[in-house]
Amino acid sequence: MIKNKLAVAAVAGLVLTAPAFAEARDQIRIVGSSTVFPFSTAVAENFGRSTSFKTPVVESTGSGGGMKLFCAGVGTEHPDITNASRRMKKSEFETCTKNGITVTEVKVGFDGIVLANAKSAPQFSLTKKQIFLALAKQVPVDGKLVDNPYSNWSQIDSSLPNEPIEVLGPPPTSGTRDAFVELVMEEAAEEFPEIKSLDKAGFKQVAHAMREDGAFVEAGENDNLIVQKLEANPVALGIFGFSFLDQNADKLHGSIVEGVAPEFEKIASGEYGVSRSLYFYVKQEHVGTIPGIKEFVAEFTSEKAWGEDGYLVEKGLIPLPDADRKAMHDAANGLAPLSM
Amino acid sequence: MTESTIPTTTLRRVDLSEARLKRRYAAERRFRLYGIAAIVTALGILGLLIGTIVANGYTAFQQTYVAIPVYLDAQAIDPQGSRDAETLRRADYQSLVKQSLRDLFPEVTGRRDKIKLYGLVSNAAGDDVRDQVMDDPSMIGTTQTLWMRSSDDIDSLIKGAIDRRLPEDDRRVKDNEIGWIETLEAQGNVELRFNKAFFTSGDSREPEQAGIWGAAVGSAYTLMITLLLSFPIGVLSAVYLEEFAPKNRLTDLIEVNINNLAAVPSIIFGLLGLAVFLGTFGLPRSAPLVGGMVLALMTLPTIIIAARAALKAVPPSIREAALGIGASPLQVVTHHVLPLALPGVMTGTIIGMAQALGETAPLLMIGMVAFIVDVPGGVTDPATVLPVQIYLWADSPERAFVEKTNGAIMVLLAFLIVMNALAVLLRKRFERQW
Repeated sequence: MIKNKLAVAAVAGLVLTAPAFAEARDQIRIVGSSTVFPFSTAVAENFGRSTSFKTPVVESTGSGGGMKLFCAGVGTEHPDITNASRRMKKSEFETCTKNGITVTEVKVGFDGIVLANAKSAPQFSLTKKQIFLALAKQVPVDGKLVDNPYSNWSQIDSSLPNEPIEVLGPPPTSGTRDAFVELVMEEAAEEFPEIKSLDKAGFKQVAHAMREDGAFVEAGENDNLIVQKLEANPVALGIFGFSFLDQNADKLHGSIVEGVAPEFEKIASGEYGVSRSLYFYVKQEHVGTIPGIKEFVAEFTSEKAWGEDGYLVEKGLIPLPDADRKAMHDAANGLAPLSM
Repeated sequence: MTESTIPTTTLRRVDLSEARLKRRYAAERRFRLYGIAAIVTALGILGLLIGTIVANGYTAFQQTYVAIPVYLDAQAIDPQGSRDAETLRRADYQSLVKQSLRDLFPEVTGRRDKIKLYGLVSNAAGDDVRDQVMDDPSMIGTTQTLWMRSSDDIDSLIKGAIDRRLPEDDRRVKDNEIGWIETLEAQGNVELRFNKAFFTSGDSREPEQAGIWGAAVGSAYTLMITLLLSFPIGVLSAVYLEEFAPKNRLTDLIEVNINNLAAVPSIIFGLLGLAVFLGTFGLPRSAPLVGGMVLALMTLPTIIIAARAALKAVPPSIREAALGIGASPLQVVTHHVLPLALPGVMTGTIIGMAQALGETAPLLMIGMVAFIVDVPGGVTDPATVLPVQIYLWADSPERAFVEKTNGAIMVLLAFLIVMNALAVLLRKRFERQW
């Protein structure tokens, strides 16, 4: 009996003291996209160094996972900021609103997605259509959709090398994969009348399905791993973020897509077609409760961080054009609420 | 019908011919050879793994320092001349370093070139200057040649990870930067030193400032919670099941479930932690407290199984003798059986702890896979652990993190070897053969 009472008391004690932990928080918590993670952490570190606030804790949960945590509610147990490598979806915005959250959207810059191969092999020059024909599970041949018959690049276009198609890319859980599918595969699929004429669900199915016969290899979330594999295998192409190409410029070169090489200036100007915007979202209800949120936003949107010579550029961020940056800076610091 | 049934088979004899014997010996030799080959292969693979890690990682323990004559302007550091520690700490040393770099290479004028020039040193170079000034405030007002950390790109260049002979477009460090650093090298002002920051600081986005201390402290707190929870619970369960529990369907069921629990993928425990500890109890995210609780669940079956095996190994004669001279069952356990089984229990616990030390998957769910700069000061502070730190660094684009990743792996392996060696030592030293 005594033992039982002790056990009950212990459990009750745990439950009672638990909320006490959750209430006290003097540190910003950030969740979200693994693509924005390197930038968010760099800002967090500089923010912690240059102000009297604690260094924010940044978790890499993926864009979708971050939105889920962020929109779960108001209160110190929920994160204050979420990063995303895509825009907040309408459904997510509705969940947020339902839970009493007002969000401020901040667009921070661009990230290019590149196809690259080892320097020891010739540089590729591809069109989105050719990429689609090489990687889609089903492609149109003579007006009919058939399982992808191409095994060599030269079968798609005689200008391409007579090498087997081997492309290493991210798995479906990755934001890079989502963006690649949207920016390359969907756009290319639109150009084939056979696919365009399908209904919405059918179109999506064809445009989103990647080959499973070994020509497209899901190489895992770790982009460094893809870089290493490309070095070892000069025949293969890899799909990953621009910052990894930038860091490994001695080993790899990026393929030209639609006539434009993946270079810093070309991505910044929007000429290079495979790039996406990066965002973070601020929970307005927490401004004032959690110290330092306003100052963190100010740090992120300062010229020394996201400007053309800022430290985020050094980390691989491609900045917004000057005018957009100024407008976004004012909107972010004024905490303009997002509406959809 | 009267026919007798004499067996017609010939009598079998053992074939002792020379040829057969030879075959038998050959088979035996072959079998031994296979065994040796298996061990050599396993050792070879292990050697290759550790060799690669060490070859890639030993440079992490060194850091490039550059010496630059810095004019420690009294006006900029301490205008009042109070030499107050707080004033000295807050001064902007980084801009003094930048000024010195401009003075050293006055031919650099363009804005972009200047940014490149400042990039020779780490953005923590100011901190290195600050520490030296605070050690000896009498330097203020003079020009001193001070050593400070270089940036990660320069560090890679000096260590040979970036090849100077490649065409300029192919490397991150450009010709003008190499020119500056070669000028400094010619003056003997570039040096590789022991990388103290790697062992004393928390995580950083700048490879030259990143350290494992934050993760190591996080691991220590997490393992402490794990040990505090899983050791008493595990040992008590084992003692009860082994010494007191009646053998019936229910205890059989419990036993089967404990064995099953040992084989459950660790991510499941993380999901449980997310739902129960964070969801129901509202404990803080990313805290070693929750991490320790989750890992305790994971380690429990290991400890229970090891402890039961150790208890079983104590011969029944000990129990019977103790009971025979009038000891109560509790006294039998606490005075005789448990002390004798303790070395085995400890071994199991240490192995369980070593397993917990290397675990990342369950911690992913409870937010311990995060960028945390501050070294945790308690079990409810946000923290990360060593394997997570390795995972995060392995995922970073900066090339200089490759050596940090491998360096951290070496540290983690060292911890694991020490723990496992301790387990072997305990067993050798205290285990009794019956």
